[in-house]
Amino acid sequence: MDETRIAIRVDMDVVAARQSGRTLAAELGFNNTDATLIATAISELARNIILYAKEGEIILSTLHKSEPCGIVVVARDKGPGISNLEQAMKMGYSTSGSLGMGLPGVSRLMDEFKIDSRPGLGTTVMVKKWKR
Amino acid sequence: MQVPILKQGAYLIASIQSALSDADLMQLRDALVAKVSTFRSRGVIVDVTVLDVMDSFASRTLRDLVHMIKLRGAITVIVGIQPEVAFAMVQLGLTLEGVATALDLEEGLAYLDNKTIKKASAQRDG
Repeated sequence: MDETRIAIRVDMDVVAARQSGRTLAAELGFNNTDATLIATAISELARNIILYAKEGEIILSTLHKSEPCGIVVVARDKGPGISNLEQAMKMGYSTSGSLGMGLPGVSRLMDEFKIDSRPGLGTTVMVKKWKR
Repeated sequence: MQVPILKQGAYLIASIQSALSDADLMQLRDALVAKVSTFRSRGVIVDVTVLDVMDSFASRTLRDLVHMIKLRGAITVIVGIQPEVAFAMVQLGLTLEGVATALDLEEGLAYLDNKTIKKASAQRDG
C-alpha cells in the first residue's frame, strides 16, 4: 500500500501535511469541497500533534476497492496522551476561543473517525473519507 | 512568506496567499496592527480568497486581529471566504463570531465606506 509520511515538528509541517493531503485527494478524484474538508481535517490533526505532543507524524494512504476510492489519514504521536477521551470527544470550539482539540469537529469533516489514546503512551487518530 | 499589505486611502488591504504558516499569520496580525497606527488607517480588509484551508488557528488569529485593530480605532472586514472553506468551517464549528465578513473586495470596500461614514457622522452629532 502506498503511503506518504509527513513528519510533524514545526508549524510549516502543518502546511506541508495539508498540501500533501489536498494533492492526494485531487489525484484520487475527490471534488474540491471534499478535498478542502480533508485538508482542513489534516491541518487540525497536525496542529494537535504540535500543541500537545510537540512532534509526531501524519500518514496518508489510499483506500481501495476495485479502484482507489478513498483516503486514510493517520495522525500519530508519542505525546502525553489524552486522559479523558470521552470529554475530549465532547469538547468542540467555543466562541471565546478554542476549547480542547476540536476532535468532534474533525470527525464531522470525515466519514470515519477512530482514536486510540492512553496517558503516557501517545495518541493515534485515524480518519477516512470515501469518494462520493 | 510575508503577506503584502497595500494602502488604499484610509484603508489597508492585505491579500493572503494560500500556503500560509502559523508564523506568517501571526506576523500578518502584528504587521496590520502596526500599520494601522503608522498610516492612521480607518479600515482594514483581509482578503482570504486564495486561502484554501481555514482551520482553528487561522480562525482564532483572524478574530484576534479584528479585535486588536478595533482597539486601535479601526474596522476590519474579512472578504473572499470560498464556499468549500465556509462549509469546512461550519463543520468544524468555527463561526468567526464578532468578525465582519463580505463576499469580495468590492463588497468589503463598500462595507468600510458605509461604516466609517456612519462613525464620522455619529461623532459629529454625538
